Amino acid sequence: MTKNLRVKSSEYIDETNRISFKFNGKTYHGFKGDTLASALLANDVHLVGRSFKYHRPRGIMTSGSEEPNAIVQIHPGTNRTEPNVRATEVEIYEGLEASSQNCWPSVKFDIGGINNFLSPFFPAGFYYKTFMWPASFWEKYEFFIRHSAGLGKSPTTSDPDIYDHRNVHCDVLVVGAGISGIMAAKNAAKNNFKTLLVEEKNELGGSTIYENNEFNKIDNKSPSEWLKKEIEELKSIKNLEIKTRTSVAAYHQYNYLLARENLTDHLEAKNKTNKIRQRLLKIRAKKVILATGALERPLIFNNNDRPGVMLSSAVKKYSEFYGVACGSKNVFFTNNDSAYESALSLYNKGINVDAIIDIREQSESKIVKKVKEAGIKIYWSHSIVDTAGYKRLNSVSIMKLSNDGTSVTGSKISISCDCLGVAGGWTPAVHLYTQSGSKLKFDEEKKIFVPNQNTSEQISVGSCGGDFKINEIIKNLNQKLKDTFNIKETDLDNIKVEIDQENSKRNIWLLPSDKPLGKTKPFVDYQNDATVKDIKLALREGFRSIEHVKRYTTTGMGTDQGKLGNMHALGIIADTAGVKMGELGTTTFRPPYTPLTFGTIVGRNVGKFFDIFRRTPMNDWHVENKAEFENVGQWKRAWYYPISGETMHQSVQRESKAARESAGILDASTLGKIDIQGSDASEFLNRVYTNAWSKLAIGKCRYGLMLNEDGMVYDDGVTTRLGENHYIMTTTTGGAANVLGKLEDYLQTEWPELDVYLTSVTDHYATASLCGPNSKKILKKIIPDLDLSDENFPHMSFKEANIGSIQCRIMRISFTGEHSYEINVQASYGKDLWEKCMEAGKEFNITPYGTETMHLLRAEKGFIIVGQDTDGTMTPIDLQMDWIVSKKKYDFIGKRSLYRSDTMREDRKQLVGLLTDDPNIVLEEGAQIVSELNQSPVEMLGHVTSSYFSPNLKKSIALAVVRGGKDMMGKKLFVPMENKNINVTVANPVFYDEKNERLNA
Amino acid sequence: MFLINCPYCGERDQQEFKAGGEAHIERPKQPTELSDDEWAEYLFMRKNIKGVQFERWNHAHGCRKWFNMVRDTSNDEIKAIYKMGEKPPSQ
Repeated sequence: MTKNLRVKSSEYIDETNRISFKFNGKTYHGFKGDTLASALLANDVHLVGRSFKYHRPRGIMTSGSEEPNAIVQIHPGTNRTEPNVRATEVEIYEGLEASSQNCWPSVKFDIGGINNFLSPFFPAGFYYKTFMWPASFWEKYEFFIRHSAGLGKSPTTSDPDIYDHRNVHCDVLVVGAGISGIMAAKNAAKNNFKTLLVEEKNELGGSTIYENNEFNKIDNKSPSEWLKKEIEELKSIKNLEIKTRTSVAAYHQYNYLLARENLTDHLEAKNKTNKIRQRLLKIRAKKVILATGALERPLIFNNNDRPGVMLSSAVKKYSEFYGVACGSKNVFFTNNDSAYESALSLYNKGINVDAIIDIREQSESKIVKKVKEAGIKIYWSHSIVDTAGYKRLNSVSIMKLSNDGTSVTGSKISISCDCLGVAGGWTPAVHLYTQSGSKLKFDEEKKIFVPNQNTSEQISVGSCGGDFKINEIIKNLNQKLKDTFNIKETDLDNIKVEIDQENSKRNIWLLPSDKPLGKTKPFVDYQNDATVKDIKLALREGFRSIEHVKRYTTTGMGTDQGKLGNMHALGIIADTAGVKMGELGTTTFRPPYTPLTFGTIVGRNVGKFFDIFRRTPMNDWHVENKAEFENVGQWKRAWYYPISGETMHQSVQRESKAARESAGILDASTLGKIDIQGSDASEFLNRVYTNAWSKLAIGKCRYGLMLNEDGMVYDDGVTTRLGENHYIMTTTTGGAANVLGKLEDYLQTEWPELDVYLTSVTDHYATASLCGPNSKKILKKIIPDLDLSDENFPHMSFKEANIGSIQCRIMRISFTGEHSYEINVQASYGKDLWEKCMEAGKEFNITPYGTETMHLLRAEKGFIIVGQDTDGTMTPIDLQMDWIVSKKKYDFIGKRSLYRSDTMREDRKQLVGLLTDDPNIVLEEGAQIVSELNQSPVEMLGHVTSSYFSPNLKKSIALAVVRGGKDMMGKKLFVPMENKNINVTVANPVFYDEKNERLNA
Repeated sequence: MFLINCPYCGERDQQEFKAGGEAHIERPKQPTELSDDEWAEYLFMRKNIKGVQFERWNHAHGCRKWFNMVRDTSNDEIKAIYKMGEKPPSQ
């Protein structure tokens, strides 16, 4: 029963290339050059979807990216599926499959259609008002709402396509390749500006390319013929790059624009593989020329949403460009002359045009006369009061419009039709313009917002600048190009333009019906089903700001962002509230102009490139030895090394015992390392650390604590004096970059007089930390000629040595409390060093241990981890580390803050040890600590920061911060958990080897 | 996204830079001689102007140099850029 509505061969449609595609499971045919929309229309398919709220049948309304209704799911159920795609933008190819959205079980019979009949019960704010009570019921409501609402379905498997980003720089970016864009790009390039012209469609020329008004002439040619010649000439112009299928999504400050270039969406599946699907162009342009054109407005009248109701300009484009008639009985409804062009386009191809309903009293333009001569009936001063046809328009009812345009009179005439072209005038596409931060003004005469104050080097030309007639476009474009490029002549200087003078429009935002507004459905936002009733209700309920009305009624909040109806919404609000549209302003236009795929946004940053990570030089060894890893900053660090099915707890207990009983080895390469040189290096360290550095001898190491200026602990680590003016500082793994940044900040901005140079050498060295009572014997095996005696190489000192031919720096420092050495070699020798240590340690059962064991061992010693036991609110005094704060030094970063009244409070949270009364219970890190159990509410005294079961002490140990904890030694406290209360006792945070005897063991 | 003219590297994308707050707040030379209030003034108080503001910026992912910028915070117009230690341009 489908009809073929292909009426005339078009140069843009290749009728020799027949393409089959599926829509809602049924096979149709179209031709190369068709969009999904044009191919469906050629098959007389108008019903393509259901609306969001009322599930009303909807058809194709437009021919471009502004389409609100014809949004479809592409390739449903496959890994290339994509929801909410505009059928008007999909170029068909062999094997294309698409389906309707928001309908079940089918677009023709949709259960949700019941909402349409219940619509009196779904006013604006319905969900806000109805599902508020009782509050606890929301989850139950939500289940049903989520299942009955929603547009397309997101894919459930990973995207097989490749996406890309590219930086682009140009002198001039021209957005839009209609007549203005083409002429602007041509003149820019000819004047030696490196020019980029981007166009969202696959063809250049915009609407002028199929312009058919015989009364418009450029140089005595039809505008389309003239423009085709201009386009042909573009090919030979240097400095000009043209990108089609490229849509600018965002226009940011400083002429930074984002555009999506579509590379494979129009290709059939076999040609898509191994190619970049979409590319995000990050464009920096010295000048931007916006030639984004204008969007035709619909008219707002009762039941203006039925399948078959379309924009008049779309009817014309389907006819002229795609050679498709949108209906066999066509009627137009207009407030200006442009519908007459569409009517003639059909008439000239032998398609019935039954009537034109014009709300104006008359028009004397040539094209109107031509339509009259053709015998097409024109109803002047009439308005459509209703339409009929559920799944397809079948008639419209019209009545005489009163002089003031607010009511209708006389008898009702019914006109049968299957397509209604609606022409409500044109709205400049100023979306990108306002995104750039530039300001609009309202043109009262034309009833449009036009560019006013530019914030960057940009111009808006053609109809997006408010010029709709070809003579005005050419004249103003010419002047703007001369001003912008500072040139005297252009290609446009000697062009002769003749035009059919259009009569003025008659603008009525809401067209009256014979029924009261409450009984009508004049849709303003088609996709979100917002009607004039909803807008007026919002105003009655007290909403005044356009931004609030938008959110309350959801007008303009669909995937189309209200490109068709926003102006009407503004007009109706202004009329109802009695304010001027210019004062009301517009809602904010936000990027993207049309939706972007996630793929385009993330580009190559997927999978392992999603969040880049760093690996140490010993990483391969850890992997081979089945280590589990944890993320520390961007590093992948070995966490623990399970042997034959051990749990993490079992591994950590074994590793911890081994490190204290014989020997352990840790990959410490990730610690931040900053090389500090310069004659003022010692003074610099004095200023950045809390303790004194001037007297540190060459070859000695010292632990340092760094504060923020507010007195809170920021970082810690051991710094070694390598020479008179040369130190190497270590930082925490996660803090390395920030510490370097902070040190540079002080050096460059506060103390520029200091002669100090900082270099990050974290990646340059690999570090193996050898620890335990047998570490000395192992090192001796590796470096036999190094004197490891306590006299020659005591704790907290440094030696340079060679392992074979490999130079290394060895620090005898300890984070575990055991006798230990940190061996640093050039990064590329890291794995070799590690393997040598493992080999030499074999007889001592050397045990590799990961970060978890390292944490446990240091907790046994009460050593803090900045960021775990501190949280940016702990001073060194709070940490009971008074010993490291120099009283003698005049100043260091954060010193003054340690004497503020707040930091000197006695009842600050302080670091203490906690022992559970039952030694087998291990506290949870983060658990809260209280002093009373039978009190409610009870004061939270603090929380557990580190907690482990110590295999060496055979009991549970914890570090915690407790209010006034310093003076609570031995006090009983409680850790209330979900099912039990745990009794704890405050203890010294040094649980193991309090006298540090093992350092020299 | 601004384009920032690093005084050492030239025009670079904003992504390479880090903002460092209000400029020309000098660290007191003798902090110990300040009252709590005076120290708090240095430590905590910042203007956060809507309009022309003097700021510190760091070319963090470039030359690592700090410099000063005069920026209108209402529209992100960069009015001037000058090195640390140089005199701010008169308004």
